[in-house]
Amino acid sequence: MEENMIVSVSPHIFSKRTTKSIMLDVIIALIPAAIASVILFGMRSLLVIATCILACVIFEALFNIIVKKKQTIGDLTAIITGLLLAMNLPADIPVWQAIVGSFAAIIVAKNLFGGLGMNFANPAITGRIIMLIAFTGTMTSAVMPTMADAVAGATPLAQLSAGEEVGASMLDMFLGIRGGALGETCALALLIGGIYLIARKVIMWHTPVAFIGSVFLLSLLYTGDPEMALIYTLSGGVFLGAFFMATDYVTTPTTPVGRFVFGLGCGIITCLIRFYGSYPEGVSFSILLMNILTPYIEKWTAKKVFGGAGK
Amino acid sequence: MSFFRMNGVSVPHFKHTAAMKAEIMPAPASVIIPMNMHIGAPAKPVVKVGDMVGVGQLIGEANGFVSSPVYASVSGKVTKVDKMVASNGAMADAVVIESDGEMRPFEGIKPPTVTNFDEFIAAVRESGIIGLGGAGFPTAVKLGVKDLSAIEEILINGAECEPFITSDTRTMIDRASDIKEGIELLEKYLGAKKIIFGIENNKPEAIAKMNEIAANDSAVSVKALPSQYPQGGEKVLIYKLTGKMVPEGKLPLDVGCIVINVTTLATIASYIRTGMPLTSKCITVDGSAIKTPKNVIVPIGTRMKDVFAFVGEFKETPKKVIYGGPMMGIAVPSFDQPVLKNTNAIIAFGKKDAERPEETPCIHCGNCVNSCPFGLNPIAFAKALELKDYEALEALKINTCMECGCCAYSCPAKRNIIARNKLAKAELRNYKQKQAEKEKEA
Repeated sequence: MEENMIVSVSPHIFSKRTTKSIMLDVIIALIPAAIASVILFGMRSLLVIATCILACVIFEALFNIIVKKKQTIGDLTAIITGLLLAMNLPADIPVWQAIVGSFAAIIVAKNLFGGLGMNFANPAITGRIIMLIAFTGTMTSAVMPTMADAVAGATPLAQLSAGEEVGASMLDMFLGIRGGALGETCALALLIGGIYLIARKVIMWHTPVAFIGSVFLLSLLYTGDPEMALIYTLSGGVFLGAFFMATDYVTTPTTPVGRFVFGLGCGIITCLIRFYGSYPEGVSFSILLMNILTPYIEKWTAKKVFGGAGK
Repeated sequence: MSFFRMNGVSVPHFKHTAAMKAEIMPAPASVIIPMNMHIGAPAKPVVKVGDMVGVGQLIGEANGFVSSPVYASVSGKVTKVDKMVASNGAMADAVVIESDGEMRPFEGIKPPTVTNFDEFIAAVRESGIIGLGGAGFPTAVKLGVKDLSAIEEILINGAECEPFITSDTRTMIDRASDIKEGIELLEKYLGAKKIIFGIENNKPEAIAKMNEIAANDSAVSVKALPSQYPQGGEKVLIYKLTGKMVPEGKLPLDVGCIVINVTTLATIASYIRTGMPLTSKCITVDGSAIKTPKNVIVPIGTRMKDVFAFVGEFKETPKKVIYGGPMMGIAVPSFDQPVLKNTNAIIAFGKKDAERPEETPCIHCGNCVNSCPFGLNPIAFAKALELKDYEALEALKINTCMECGCCAYSCPAKRNIIARNKLAKAELRNYKQKQAEKEKEA
């Protein structure tokens, strides 16, 4: 009766939350933005999303087979990387370029560093940045939503950068009826997803509040006009970055304070690039740079140990 | 007083047995009583094979200052005095008594004479009482304070924050008069001016009972604490009840506190009233493999299998049995392990709950860091352990980890964090030892 008793170190009960359930929550949180992208940019965005997800999962599976590692596609993280990468691409990106980007994200940024949990940089962001540099032309094309009046044009940030008027109204900006990557434009959908993640306690409010808040405040300082500051905040990839990319566990700090500092740093770098850099947008670069600083932020913001003396 | 945001986790309560008065289990056919149930030097057996003993008769005498005597828990014949392997793997002497089924008390039992502090401490020492909340530290050593004026508060621990366990809850409900007597002893002999009960707010009946005591005694107060694990950890309780932080490597008394578990206190009072030392224990028997969870009063040394037989048939075959609660309890390899002085529960899990979920890679989510009551960083521990960077482990204060399990409980990757922390502490200890030896040689 008492044969083969299991003996293990405490604790003997565990919370229901698993890595997989967290990843599933992130996918659920991205669905509003994915639906918005299809409504805004048409079926082409569905093709881009499908391509990136499929490519990421296949690359991950192949990598595991080649290096004889345990198969990891079941943890859903490759799906998220694919989905996030797609969200960062313009709807008319050539399929083969999307596949190259997926390769860069999954193979180069993630698995060559040791796979889940070991990468220092956000895979989707890295994939996007590599594509931005390799395929600058297609990556910076501002595809306009199908219902927008303008047939073609520049993104609001490009317009601002060039000193032009922003074509989209504030409501358009909030709903995502403006030029941009397919998943970054609809602030409403991203907000819904972000609030879902905060409510489910998957992410903390600290990162998005610090990120979005600092972009708004610095833009206000720079333009002196609250309406312009709001346009800056709603444009580009701020919402997508703040809720979904700057909150990636692996590449960001763990504590609430650390996460606030991380968000703050992202906001500041984003604004510096936007206002003074040669790129109109800086969200991706800011997150990548802050990823590099993560170990230091962890060190600087480490919580004082209870009853711990000095050191 | 500096502020510290103390975290923890919300664990399921599973207090199925809270409303069940403990049933008294009849004497099992035999009991096996180890001599090392307490922290400190094991007791020395003073009986030999063939001796007839009564309940409450000394079978092992305290062997040093930090030690505790051991008494027969059933009446009958000593059939074996031998080494046994305890659940922690240590070998220790143990006395096996074959019960005559009569539970005849030892004729020498008489209440101790207690008129002053020294006699009180001597009585507590004689009672064989140790920290019954689970720690197992000899209570006489804890209470034998050299300078009584150092005591600012005495805290009575009725938090019982572990899931399933309700034995302390039952003590507060069923033995309130013992507790009241215990409080009076503390006031009389330790000069306690301020006594605070800390009880988790999921035990309203116990809180009400203790409030009755507090109503008639201005020195006593009851604080209902939020049900957040690990509320009953000693340093946690001190901080929650008084706002004081026990510094690293220091004792509660260094901040003017003494913490006593409610059942320990009740048992002190009943010993001083009756002279019957600690020979039985109220334990909660629960878990997914148990059909009818119960609170049972069992003779110390009763083998788990006898307890299970008394409680009734299993709902399913147990695949894991633990001493204590599921957050910090110790899994045992066999049902032959006995109930110890400081056992407060036996939890039996069926197959599904017994298996540890598979470890997946750490995703750096921070749940461990953000749930640690002491603000420790298990991710950094794991890295330092992997790199064998012992200086870093020490700087990260790994030795302040109380192994409460909040980190491992909340980890979505189901990392075996407590096992790593234990290993890290052991390796750090070895490293320090080697360093000390090197210094000696040099």
